[in-house]
Amino acid sequence: MIVLLPAFAIAAALLVFGVIVAFAGVSPVDVWTLLFKGAFGDWYSWQNTLQRSAPLMLTALCVALPAQAGLVIIGGEGALVLGGLGCAAFAQLVPLPANIVGTVMVCIAGAMAGAAWIALAGALRQWRGINETISSLLLAYIAIGLFKHLVEGVLRDPASLNKPSTHALPDGMLISGIGGSDVHWGFVIGVVACILFALWLRWTPSGFSLRVVGGNPRTAQLVGLPATKLVLLACALGGACAGTAGAIEVAAVHTNANASLVSGYGYAGILVAFIARQQPIAIVPVAILFGGFGAAGSLLQRRLGLPDASVLLLQGIAFVFILASEALRGTDWLAFWRKVFGIEVAA
Amino acid sequence: MNADAIVTFVAAIAGGALRVGAPFLFVSLGECLTEKSGRINLGLEGVLVFSAMAGFGGSYWSGSPWVGVLAAACAGASLAFLHGVLCSLPRVNDVATGIALMLLGLGLAFYLGKPLIQPQAAQIPSISLGDWSDSAAVRSALQINALVPVGLVIAVFLWWAFANTRWGLLVRMAGDSSSAARALGYSVPGIRIAATAAGGMIAGLGGACLTLFYPGSWSEGVSSGQGLIAVALVIFARWSPLRCVLAALMFGGAGAVGPALQSIGIGWGYHLFNIVPYVLTLVILVATCRPGKTATGAPGELGAPS
Amino acid sequence: MSIRYTRRDSLKSLAALGAAAASPLAFAQKPLTIGVIYVGPRDDYGYNQAQAEAAALVKKMPGMKVVEEENVPETAAVQKTMTGMIAQDGATLLFPTSFGYFDPHMLVVAQKYPDIRFAHCGGMWTEGKHPKNTASYFGYIDECQYLNGVIAGHMSKSKKLGFIAAKPIPQVLRNINAFTMGARSVDPKIVTTVIFTGDWSMPVKEAEATNSLADQGVDVFTMHVDSPKVIVETAAKRGKMVCGYHASQAKLAPQAYLTGAEWNWLTAYMTFIDAAKAGKPHPNFVRGGLKEGFVKMSPYGPAVGDAAKKMADGIKAQMVADKFDLFKGPLKDNKGATVIAAGKTFKQTDIELEKMNYLVEGVVGSAS
Repeated sequence: MIVLLPAFAIAAALLVFGVIVAFAGVSPVDVWTLLFKGAFGDWYSWQNTLQRSAPLMLTALCVALPAQAGLVIIGGEGALVLGGLGCAAFAQLVPLPANIVGTVMVCIAGAMAGAAWIALAGALRQWRGINETISSLLLAYIAIGLFKHLVEGVLRDPASLNKPSTHALPDGMLISGIGGSDVHWGFVIGVVACILFALWLRWTPSGFSLRVVGGNPRTAQLVGLPATKLVLLACALGGACAGTAGAIEVAAVHTNANASLVSGYGYAGILVAFIARQQPIAIVPVAILFGGFGAAGSLLQRRLGLPDASVLLLQGIAFVFILASEALRGTDWLAFWRKVFGIEVAA
Repeated sequence: MNADAIVTFVAAIAGGALRVGAPFLFVSLGECLTEKSGRINLGLEGVLVFSAMAGFGGSYWSGSPWVGVLAAACAGASLAFLHGVLCSLPRVNDVATGIALMLLGLGLAFYLGKPLIQPQAAQIPSISLGDWSDSAAVRSALQINALVPVGLVIAVFLWWAFANTRWGLLVRMAGDSSSAARALGYSVPGIRIAATAAGGMIAGLGGACLTLFYPGSWSEGVSSGQGLIAVALVIFARWSPLRCVLAALMFGGAGAVGPALQSIGIGWGYHLFNIVPYVLTLVILVATCRPGKTATGAPGELGAPS
Repeated sequence: MSIRYTRRDSLKSLAALGAAAASPLAFAQKPLTIGVIYVGPRDDYGYNQAQAEAAALVKKMPGMKVVEEENVPETAAVQKTMTGMIAQDGATLLFPTSFGYFDPHMLVVAQKYPDIRFAHCGGMWTEGKHPKNTASYFGYIDECQYLNGVIAGHMSKSKKLGFIAAKPIPQVLRNINAFTMGARSVDPKIVTTVIFTGDWSMPVKEAEATNSLADQGVDVFTMHVDSPKVIVETAAKRGKMVCGYHASQAKLAPQAYLTGAEWNWLTAYMTFIDAAKAGKPHPNFVRGGLKEGFVKMSPYGPAVGDAAKKMADGIKAQMVADKFDLFKGPLKDNKGATVIAAGKTFKQTDIELEKMNYLVEGVVGSAS
């Protein structure tokens, strides 16, 4: 049932989408075929999909981990850009070896920048009672403004006249594709992070305590769990994930930090996390689904002449349906169908 | 800077505040109503853009801007109604639905709005409040959108209605204490859906302001996150419709400071000026909140699972 | 450089050969798939529309197939688009049209696919630094902005002009400078105020900037943003005049539109397409101005006076005959320093001009 319901929701969304494009004079069957082909049709499409899903897994963790503590954090975008900035700035300001050690260190710098930012939202909640959804949103906007200001100002590479950016990371520090494919190691980092956190939450005492704080605050209080510490930990870990996503984007894709880093991964991650019901292990397939949608979008535009917004529309419909299907979870289907068909249930 | 230049500069900021603040006004009033009933609508960005497109389309195809305004209001109401209904279902989370709706609203708007990028549509007339002045800058700054007085009337009406009418009381009850409302026999989800839809309708008027007045044309960049910012705005205004008016002017003015400064030659710190409103909101929150006690004026049920 | 065909391409060619075996021209008429990538919508009355108009003309030519993708941001997404066009659609000549696609995105993909040709609009292809299968093309539209400036200089009553630009990159600065110099050649007291919005397409900021400048007394506007629509409409609403850019916006404000600087990209596109079809080496650095037909001026609007037309036409004729130099010394920037020494003249093709980082005297605003 856990998988069936969202699957039905997606099927329903595809149906609705097919009807909508039929109005535009495009054959729904063509659309469905291309969607599949563009997302999962061949090795090229798979690479496209996986590549797009990599940052989403980490930004989704930025929502899912604090959610375990009962917080709703939506400021992943801010943590991501600060992570990217931290990575680029660290590489610029501190002499680092241009090899994997350097890569690890700049990623850690990015993670720490992101962790600090989200932990700030958590701290504001614990010490001032400010709703973390709002504060993390505000902090995201502030982070983006600061990022743009610094990238175009103090940290700017004077040679980057045409597109203000920081100095580029040295080649040895860049993250390459796995075995020569287009999918960079960030994908592996994302999957590993999801698995590790899933295990941590399930099998360790600290992970369990976190879930108690989130699931039943009263019990947590009664038992004397250090709620504040755990909340801050969850926020810091979530922010570290988003910050790492930013650092990876810089090290694997852009090679420097510039305005293109602000590309909505943080917000997409929020949706991924909610659809995965905040479970790190479920984040992996949901992120891949999301990546698949994005990958298929280009093909729809090029082959069928559909506007690029079609995929956005499909995503919107799909996610509305998936979220709505949550309401049907736990329905006693047997009783439902019996009632529909008027079959009496023996007492 | 001589007196004339100062007047021009101030007028530029004031003008910007009125121009850019108009959509903020409507979106924040809409969100205020929604939140007063205990529901948070993060999908207002989608509502705003969708109703902007609908307004532009309505005006373009009918030739009358007021048909466009009506179309925008209806579009806003329908999308918000969807949000309200979805959130009333069990186990559906407000925040996630809001973001999903934002995607849906944006997707619908961009998809349906493709043929509307090139054409021009009849615009909402403007009211000149500044004819008393000699300065062209002041005159143009005080050219306000004909919908702005409507917005002010709505703001006053909401403020009065929350305190003095049965409906206002019901909305506030649903927002502050849903058990009290239920005890009196009212359907809390019903009230919230109605409030969310009405809020969406008001926000839709904001969308009309964008494409039918300023900047006056439909394109995919027409909104710059104003829907999401509205959530911050409402908190900044402490959930009072009258303060929403002031907050909208302030946020609008902050957006105008950058270009105004550049037009007199100062270009530094452009991005920092843009984030001043958010920093201010955060500062105010830090100053006024205490743990355990939510922000003064916040509806009690906001943020609680439905 | 010679093109090595992939197996897919040779199968396609074989099929084409077989089908057209009777025609003696069959060998030269292999169908060519080109890919065009836009950063915004195709019908934006501006930059993308100018490119799309050329692409539309190419689509009509026999033996040509065009795949297009719009709204591709200047991020890694464009790499995916380019790779998709190559791997899925069989494109062998790509036109990534937005400035920010060049470095690193196009270069990365070009290195992975050395047999595919890339023609970037606006980048600065450098011998030795960039791979041979890449190229950059651009037009000397600053010549048209100069003429815009001449017209604006004649028609402006307040002697204050406004220029709304996206980012202070060399091409944009060159346009601002050309516009100002053109206006000041009519009246040296004219001043251009420039406002940078921060990005190629920011409708609200562009509208704000237009209003700010109008408040300051500016009465003729021009711009360098992706879609001039908002600026043209806002300026017209304020009763000001406007000189267009990228494509003709005359339809949007027929009374306020004086003239405009337009692209004529088909000429550039054909340079690459002809070379690809004939198997000739990829032309790496393609530039042209009014003379070569890369750019053109919009027809004059009803508000333009005869004296203005005469002067502008005269200068245009000189430019076409290669007898007019825009950038020559002595030239001071708006901070007082001399940027071009007396006696020095830059030809339009001079690479130095593509590194421009100053604003000339008469411009209010800062390049950094």
